[in-house]
Amino acid sequence: MATEHAFPDTAARAGNLPKEFDSEKMSISMGPSHPSTHGVLRIQFEIDGENVTRADPVLGYLHRGDEKIAENMTYNQFVPYTDRLDYLAPLANNAAYASAIEQLAGLKVPPRLDAIRVITSELARISAHLMGLGAFGIDTGAWTVFMYCFTEREKLYTLFEKLTGARFTTSYSRIGGVTRDVSPDWLQETDAFCDQFLPILDEILGMLSRNKIFLDRTVGVGVVSAADAVAFGLSGPNLRASGVAMDLRKDRPYWGYGQYEFDVPIGSKGDCYDRYLCRGEEMKQSVRIVKQAIAKIPAGDWYVRDARRIFAPPKDKILTSMEELINNFMIVTEGPQMPAGEAYFEVENPKGLLGFFVVSKGGGVPWRLKIRSPSFCNLSILPQLCVGNLVSDVVSILGSLDFVMGECDR
Amino acid sequence: MTETVDVTAALQGKVPAATARPSTDHPALNVSAADAVAVLRELKEGQGFDYLVDVTAIDWSSAQSPRFAVVWHVYSRTAHQYFRVVAACEDDREPAMPSMTSLWPAANWHERETFDMFGIRFTGHPDLRRILMWDAYPYFPLRKEFPLAGLPTELPDPEVSAETGTGLIAAPMSGGPFVAASGGPMSDIEPRAKDEAWDERNEKPRT
Repeated sequence: MATEHAFPDTAARAGNLPKEFDSEKMSISMGPSHPSTHGVLRIQFEIDGENVTRADPVLGYLHRGDEKIAENMTYNQFVPYTDRLDYLAPLANNAAYASAIEQLAGLKVPPRLDAIRVITSELARISAHLMGLGAFGIDTGAWTVFMYCFTEREKLYTLFEKLTGARFTTSYSRIGGVTRDVSPDWLQETDAFCDQFLPILDEILGMLSRNKIFLDRTVGVGVVSAADAVAFGLSGPNLRASGVAMDLRKDRPYWGYGQYEFDVPIGSKGDCYDRYLCRGEEMKQSVRIVKQAIAKIPAGDWYVRDARRIFAPPKDKILTSMEELINNFMIVTEGPQMPAGEAYFEVENPKGLLGFFVVSKGGGVPWRLKIRSPSFCNLSILPQLCVGNLVSDVVSILGSLDFVMGECDR
Repeated sequence: MTETVDVTAALQGKVPAATARPSTDHPALNVSAADAVAVLRELKEGQGFDYLVDVTAIDWSSAQSPRFAVVWHVYSRTAHQYFRVVAACEDDREPAMPSMTSLWPAANWHERETFDMFGIRFTGHPDLRRILMWDAYPYFPLRKEFPLAGLPTELPDPEVSAETGTGLIAAPMSGGPFVAASGGPMSDIEPRAKDEAWDERNEKPRT
């Protein structure tokens, strides 16, 4: 008996199969406690499969009200709070803050103090970029880089400790000066650090620059056009990686940056890889600046001598002379005396443009202190930058933007 | 310096109501809220100040009217110059200011922060939500009447509040030892234990 093998109609069979699921968008939250968000950034994603279709950063998990606090204390008392803005480069923040207040007071700063600020800020830049680079390495799967970076950063922190007494929260600046002068020994050690650092930096960069995995994760990912970078107020290496040659150290040389030779590296594509390259090159330029600054550090005052109502007199004078004792007492209790007015001062910090807008009604306490933080502005491009990328690419993007939440949330 | 004079003059030519603002560091203009967009557009498109550095506000306290002023800092990447524009909010109770998000996307977050901290509404902003505080937070912390220690409020998550029965309390250390308060007599300002029953006004009880 012949059996008829009639194949069922394919169309009918398709009808019997369970219908394909409707693709449904999912909402996930990355952070505030996530290894790749470097702190307490939280991003609310809407994802379609692995593709990000919407991103909404949720900030404020580290908001401490620094601007409110500033209105309630004297100018010098706020210096430790600046440590905690970009806590990877406290020395640079200290100097930027002090300079902003000095601009308000119209103080003329001696050249040695300028040189000290240049040296410490550039060392802070190196240490901040080392941290950024190491963390970026981890984000893209390269643990070794992190270890190498931290070894170098540790040497820097030992130097910071020798100079300021603290590894992390240095509080090195005072309005019109610094807490103590740099010693020749310290300068020599810093110079020696710079010499041994350059070959190690090449080694560190050599682990990433031609690394296949690293290239796959970063090249062409998170591209920011030059126009976008300017429109969103990006600054620092993130802006320069997009090909915009804007560096306040060149454009408006403060602290005597004009006398040092250095180059401003800029990128061509504005992707994660360019941002990495810019940071790497910036460290080399910082070493150049530090070495020049050490070689020709001027002798003389390291604080503003004639600002009796702003910078406290030397300690030995305070302990022996009535006049100086009163002077010191007034500065500590009433705060450095400022004229009424307003001032805006900005520096090229490791993360970008850190600005302080001070409004004073006179006296020792600011009426308003606005902190323009680079990380806040750099992150504002995220809603646009993340969309269309894979979630795993977002990790690369965040790592390459190199932000600090202490500064973003203030 | 001739360039900055030109910029100020050119802006005043376009917007005659703008007046020069006394400033020791960067050229600055006082404008009205209605003129703010026109002035900043001219700065951006006509004068090359195409980098928006910062947007913030100043609260001159309720003793003064107009109470709130919004401050913009713009930067020219060609002239390497800053320019400051200040506009006072007309209404002290419901302060408002036109949004600059159509000129610079960077203004988006700056304006959200200013709204969050001062309660200034930016009209025309596409997404004016709080950014640093949570959405349901009832106060504007950078206003002068807001105390440094904070005010007690409910926790952001009602579920957590219900479960724990707690709320957000004002800074617990305030008024305690090692916390310097601002203003008042020296005995209150000095950071030291505040539970001592005697100070410079109340004599130490003799035993």
